[in-house]
Amino acid sequence: MTDKPRQIFADTDSDLAFRAKWTSERILIYTALGIWAVICFFPIYWTITTSFKMAPDVMKGHLVPWLDFSPRWRGWRSLGLSPETIFETSTVREEFLKRFMNSVITSLSASTLAVMLGSLAAYGLSRFSYRFGFMKNSDISFFFLSQLILPPVVLALPFLVLYKQLALLDSRIGIIALYTLMVLPIVIWIMRDQFSAIPVELEEAALVDGLSNWGAFMQIVLPIALPGMVAAFILSLVLCWNEYFFAALLTSTDAKTLPVMVASQTGSQGINWWSMAALSAAAIAPLVIIGIVLERYIIKGMAAGAVK
Amino acid sequence: MAVQTEGDRLHTVASDHMSPGRILAGRALVWGTALVLVATAVVQALNDFGHIAFGFDNWRPVLYAYVLWAISLGVAQVLIRGEQGKRALFVLPAVLFVISMVVFPLLFGLYISFTDWNLSSLTGRKFNGLDNFRQMLSDPFYWNALKNMVYYVLAIVVEYAIAFSLALLLNAEIRARKFFRVVFLLPLMLSPVAVSWMVGKSMMEIRFGPLANLARFLGWETPSFFGSPIVARLTIEVMDAWTFIPFMMIMLLAGLQAMPKEVLEAAKVDGATRWQSFWEVIFPLMLPVSITAIAIRIIFKLKLADIIINVTAGGPGGATDSVTSFIFREYRDRSNVGYGTLLAMVYLILIVIFVTSLLSIVNRWSKRAGWGGSG
Repeated sequence: MTDKPRQIFADTDSDLAFRAKWTSERILIYTALGIWAVICFFPIYWTITTSFKMAPDVMKGHLVPWLDFSPRWRGWRSLGLSPETIFETSTVREEFLKRFMNSVITSLSASTLAVMLGSLAAYGLSRFSYRFGFMKNSDISFFFLSQLILPPVVLALPFLVLYKQLALLDSRIGIIALYTLMVLPIVIWIMRDQFSAIPVELEEAALVDGLSNWGAFMQIVLPIALPGMVAAFILSLVLCWNEYFFAALLTSTDAKTLPVMVASQTGSQGINWWSMAALSAAAIAPLVIIGIVLERYIIKGMAAGAVK
Repeated sequence: MAVQTEGDRLHTVASDHMSPGRILAGRALVWGTALVLVATAVVQALNDFGHIAFGFDNWRPVLYAYVLWAISLGVAQVLIRGEQGKRALFVLPAVLFVISMVVFPLLFGLYISFTDWNLSSLTGRKFNGLDNFRQMLSDPFYWNALKNMVYYVLAIVVEYAIAFSLALLLNAEIRARKFFRVVFLLPLMLSPVAVSWMVGKSMMEIRFGPLANLARFLGWETPSFFGSPIVARLTIEVMDAWTFIPFMMIMLLAGLQAMPKEVLEAAKVDGATRWQSFWEVIFPLMLPVSITAIAIRIIFKLKLADIIINVTAGGPGGATDSVTSFIFREYRDRSNVGYGTLLAMVYLILIVIFVTSLLSIVNRWSKRAGWGGSG
């Protein structure tokens, strides 16, 4: 037995070092990802679990259900949404559902309106040259996009007075109009990108086949641009659903939206942690679900304009 | 932004022969409805000032007249200009909407800002010239709020660094990328109001909030997140950053994924280390995307208010106030419409100056660096 047969593909020292480096790098990457995932997710987890806690559980800072504390429907009962109370009449639940519907109606209609107006404008600006007085296409585009820097506080007080005169204060229509204005620049930003990516030859072919400009837009361009429109719509929906400033100033009883209700609950007689947690959880639930299911549209929307 | 100097991108040939009767009908429609609009407005104004008894309960009819005028303006475009008019219909609705929703209220706001108008006082509004402006100059809380905005905007640098590292992590070869992307996106979905309750009020509750417990565990014996001005400002900033970092992260991630792979491989072949290839290849290539992301983030940051209103209401001693939250309270607590509007107008002017100078600096700089008109 003089010498062992040499392995041809043996791991040399440098190979092993590389391997170790690779592994440690993996560990580092996944640790960083894990930490940030916890940072992102923990507040949501905390809110949802707190809505199932009793007062002592909250006070002791218990974290893990069934291990630390036994979940109860306490928070949801106070909202009238727990299993025992869901079939009984509950004024709190009615109040909540009213606010919830206000939020749904305002954000859906504002997003729809903004996507319609914005897509039309973006298409026109990407295909035809206009002239309004001294303004050419680039000026008109800039005019739309510049609305983005307008802080809401500048419009809030004039609108307060105007809406009072127009009897639109505390009405859904007033809020819808403002929200549409708020998200319109973003929709135009996204849709302009979408339309300029569609080759003009498609519409030229359609025009040769006898369609009008509007016909070509409706039948040829819109179906292609639909994913972009969905992205713009969802991004608008997120912004409108979460909007607080205008709603706090311009609504009081009838048109109050969910964020205003959440904000007004923190009031006087000590905080009901569990019911606040249930309310917050119910308020964020729709968007969290949308975020999980339609994530790729949201990313598409935000990535538009970033990369050209 | 592709600027078209001449002609349409989509050419159409149309027989634009309009009969005189059609043109006349179009003109009549616009002017007729405009007349209705002016008439209702005048009647209502006279009624408001008490000159005539006849009138409506509110200005709503004037709004209807305006909508009618806007619709007939669109119809008239088609009547008068044919195909050209139909094309105008693509842009016209949005333009009319934005003009009526922005320009008119802005002009109205400009007028309000020069009046002494307190909703709770009985005297109503009266013109007081530059008094509001003088009051603003000697209002320490407004200047304090502006100063806070500077801090908040500067903090974007840190947010950007975090967002960039997260984007790099997500762009690395990892498993379950989609899972991490969804989780990282979640904070953006949450409303600031819910965040201010969930994080600001509940998790930072001094006695039992998990963040306070964590702080105690890490050695901060008496954690108080809103006690001292600096800590309070930092806390607000952290909460706002938390909700908006995903936004920058996604934009940067899109930029990273659109980057040509050959460049990175070339750098590797040339023997660049990770560190070198980041600073000398990735970072410069990402500059245009970064600038877009930061610009949009600054714009959103300048509107920061919801969290502050709901968590600290500006306290302690105005240390966390943003301009928006300060004006919000000026209206909510003191009903001071005239003064509040002036403050908002001044803020708007400052923002416009700031953003345009920022954009022009970036433009000039990017021309020198040679990556032309992007961003």
